[in-house]
Amino acid sequence: MVWEWFRWLAETKGINLTIFYDDWDRGRFFAGVRTTIHLSTICIILSILIGILGAWLQKSRFRIVRGLVQAYIQFFRNTPPLVQIYFFYFAVDALLSDYMGISGGILGSYGWAVISLSFFAGAFNAEIFRAGIEAVPESTIESAESLGYTNAQIYRYVTLPLAFRVCLPALNGNLINLVKSTTIAYAIAVPETLYVSNQIWSDELNVTEMMYVMWLTYLLLVGALVWVMHRWEKSIRVPGFGRR
Amino acid sequence: MENTRTPWKSYLAMTQTDLPVMKPFQLAPAKPVGEVCLDILSQRRFCLCLLAVLLAWISVDAAIAQSSGGSRPSALETILRWTPLIFFGPSGEVGGFLLNILVSFMAMAIGTFLGLWLGIGQISLIGPVRKASWLVTQIFRNSPWLVLLFFFMLLLPYEVEILGKRYEVPGWAKATFALSLPVMANVSEIVRGAIASLPTGQWESAESLAFSRRQTIWSIILPQCVKRMLPPWMNWYCILTMSTPLISILGVNDSMALTQNVMAAEDRSEILIPLYLWLMSWFFLYSYPIAVLTRRLERRFAVKQ
Repeated sequence: MVWEWFRWLAETKGINLTIFYDDWDRGRFFAGVRTTIHLSTICIILSILIGILGAWLQKSRFRIVRGLVQAYIQFFRNTPPLVQIYFFYFAVDALLSDYMGISGGILGSYGWAVISLSFFAGAFNAEIFRAGIEAVPESTIESAESLGYTNAQIYRYVTLPLAFRVCLPALNGNLINLVKSTTIAYAIAVPETLYVSNQIWSDELNVTEMMYVMWLTYLLLVGALVWVMHRWEKSIRVPGFGRR
Repeated sequence: MENTRTPWKSYLAMTQTDLPVMKPFQLAPAKPVGEVCLDILSQRRFCLCLLAVLLAWISVDAAIAQSSGGSRPSALETILRWTPLIFFGPSGEVGGFLLNILVSFMAMAIGTFLGLWLGIGQISLIGPVRKASWLVTQIFRNSPWLVLLFFFMLLLPYEVEILGKRYEVPGWAKATFALSLPVMANVSEIVRGAIASLPTGQWESAESLAFSRRQTIWSIILPQCVKRMLPPWMNWYCILTMSTPLISILGVNDSMALTQNVMAAEDRSEILIPLYLWLMSWFFLYSYPIAVLTRRLERRFAVKQ
């Protein structure tokens, strides 16, 4: 068995990688990796929805709506994400459960991590989408108009496809940053990769080995996302538009 | 005399005509950075926001004080009492919000210095140097900041021996080093991107003037890149400052850690929200002017395509 080789490695060379030969450690480590992937996926979807909503509300006719969206964006961009997650998990949760008369909090740490990280990344997404829509040249829209497209058709067939391609690089950067930011959920004890790695190295006293495993795991996760997104970016690039 | 100082005016007088001609234009004089900062702070919208926050703060506080019966000091009093501690840290050691700022300065300085060399390494003509620089950049760009913090906080020695004397390495110094690594990788990418965005003609004309490769990079290419690198570099400074509270997880006494200590000591649920908002407002006040300045510089330096 391959697992047995790692047991041999631990006994003879002192490189103690318990997650490979110990079923219990392996179980919780991979549960942690699954939690990280799960958390990242939900946050990516929610943050994109928040971003679309934010970009749409930023073009609202009402000044107060535009002001509120701007305040939301600037607040989440210019305050530390760690303080935000603490704020949601400790302060907002206590306030809401007091107010609604529920004891023990209304959401667990996982739920608040999802909310806080989605709002954090959503603020950046809203700005990215708005910039993308603004980057579509006026003349392109005018030419579509002159070809007899209706406003809805222009939006559907001209503005959105172009805007999407323009903002994809920035969006990818932000989503990758979001996946990296899921480690902050460690602070409120969400059992993701960093948290379970910490548990394992406290139990098994193999700090160095576990540290390398954890770092490598994150590099693989983020690296895979970077690679896929980069391929996608290349495949739908508009020729002669934007930077090389 | 007047004419020699403002030649465009005399030029304008010479070209008084009703034919459609292109008039010479005058560039607005560049403002010093300090003045721009003052500009932002004196913006009406910015002041209104501050005022609104303050008003909301006072009214919420009054409501809470009423509901709690008024036997204990109000939330505002409690928070003001702890503010010097959270801002300056415990007396006699580095800590608090000032430590956050200090760490952000030093990590940025180290990260920029290392990142500049790494970025130049990425365009090296020597294959192995180029590939190694690329790999280092990618590794530190794609690692979560908290993972790097854990890695270097727990694996760097907690004391070093220099010339037979043992010196304790303070936690914040290790944290600064750990935070400077992702900055290094991102500065490296900024440098590489800025160099790639310069027209090839710059390299060719330098070559035709018999500049060596080193001379070309240092006296022709990099000076032109500064303008393009400044906005993203400032953006990364903001991101770094927003990441400094992470060091509280590793037990450094920064403003976040002290705030949590205060909450534990007070053990009152009604000060939670005001105290967190208070702490966030400091970071906001520090970072927002920089963000506005970055956007202005971006617009001013925008490369016309």
